[in-house]
Amino acid sequence: MLTPAIVRRNTPQRYRMEAAKCAKCGKVFFPPRLICDACKSRTFKPYTLPQEGTVVSHTVIRTAPRGFGDEAPYCMGIVELTDGTRILCQIADCEPERLEIGLKVAIEFRKIQEAGESGVIAYGYKAVPER
Amino acid sequence: MRDVAIIGIGMTDFGELWNDSLRDLFVKAALDAMDDAGVDHIDGLVAGCMSPGLFAGQEHIGSLLADYLGQAPIPGVRVESACASGGMALRTGIAYVASGMHDVVLCGGVEKMTDVSGAQATYALATAADQDAEAFHGATFPGLYALMATAHMHKYGTRREDLAQVAVKNHDNGMLNPHAQYRMKITVDQVINSVKVADPLNILDCSPITDGAAAVIICPLEMAKKLKKKPIVKITGSAHATDTIALHQRADMTWLKSTADAAAQAYKQAGVKPSQIDFAEVHDCFTIAEICVLEALGVVKKGQGGKATREGLTARDGKFPVNPSGGLKSKGHPVGATGIAQIHEIVTQLRGDAGKRQLKGVKRGLAQNMGGSGGSAVVHILEVL
Ligand SMILES: [Zn+2]
Repeated sequence: MLTPAIVRRNTPQRYRMEAAKCAKCGKVFFPPRLICDACKSRTFKPYTLPQEGTVVSHTVIRTAPRGFGDEAPYCMGIVELTDGTRILCQIADCEPERLEIGLKVAIEFRKIQEAGESGVIAYGYKAVPER
Repeated sequence: MRDVAIIGIGMTDFGELWNDSLRDLFVKAALDAMDDAGVDHIDGLVAGCMSPGLFAGQEHIGSLLADYLGQAPIPGVRVESACASGGMALRTGIAYVASGMHDVVLCGGVEKMTDVSGAQATYALATAADQDAEAFHGATFPGLYALMATAHMHKYGTRREDLAQVAVKNHDNGMLNPHAQYRMKITVDQVINSVKVADPLNILDCSPITDGAAAVIICPLEMAKKLKKKPIVKITGSAHATDTIALHQRADMTWLKSTADAAAQAYKQAGVKPSQIDFAEVHDCFTIAEICVLEALGVVKKGQGGKATREGLTARDGKFPVNPSGGLKSKGHPVGATGIAQIHEIVTQLRGDAGKRQLKGVKRGLAQNMGGSGGSAVVHILEVL
């Protein structure tokens, strides 16, 4: 679901990759949470995720959901960033044959979804193989 | 807490049932179960259904189903835990009976999935994923399980053919189940060469879109002993566990922790080890899922699920038969009904009523029902007395 309210609320994480770091034990949460599941602390420090990482698993989506139809097939992966935080995102500018575990990627700001019924075009982060 | 037994089971055929509405499907399965139990009245109704709102445009189905079953004003409620909604319905009903709140409870599951387009169904199913962290980026359910498969193959050397073998084995079983949606034999080559959905998973690695319902009647064990019309099946373990619903937020994406946690509790309640279970019905929504579930249940060691499948452990004539019903893959996967349909198969096998697919000498079976990519899991252990 994509509405102007949701897009606005999620802008800090989608546009700037703003996460939260537990002030007590240091665990990183992305998207941010209100309580740390490890130490139960409710105090967090603002923290921006690093912009480089490594693919730890991958797939090629060939049957796409609504809003992504024109893009299929597209590559998708779980990326472990250099601080150990894992994110899920598309891997852009990448031929499926190039996908492999261990592939080095950089995070870039891209268009994610076409405008749906709400007329909102969604932007966010994608991983791009290092050249 | 009172011991609880299953005294009646029922289900509809699984398939594209264009003439049946959501309420008709549920009522057919429920009446089938009530007839099997020999009861004309129930004290409570719990219905597992993932998304009547998105699939059928209908909420408030607890009351709707109690009414159309001719049982209003009994309490009726819908429970939801994505594809584990059926298992949750049974567990919720067990809490009612074990606590003494109600005596005879109908636990059912239903999903009416073919009233909407394929795209709408895909959207509805994807609501079981994390909307902010997964669905937003274009992840689909086959895609999430594909990520598990890629990681499992890389970490443990699981082969593409091992994934395919899960589907081949489950179709071999489903061919013998008159309720199954896809009763045809398939081969490893056919699976590997079928249409790609999310690499490495193809269409024949995926469970289908299905309409269907299933129901069971439960009551206190002592009451079941007095009725004593059919072999009594006692519920000796009932456990539920949760995990982060976003796959990438788990420490190990090949390890179904919620299933492992629920299974550990269920084994403890039943006082058994995995080696004392005779057979299982598990949540093979995608072929890789069955492989990971075998490991999480402790049937095989971590990483050995593919090899065990290849070597025939889980075949109908293997040491530990898995999904004798055909599983979600061949029998079909009306998501809310699946957890109860698993119980239906276990009771059928334990009663010795499974016909051509009957397993020999089985006394104790396990059902594992899972929501999303493993954000929830329900495990039940049943024993015939
Ligand atoms: Zn902490």
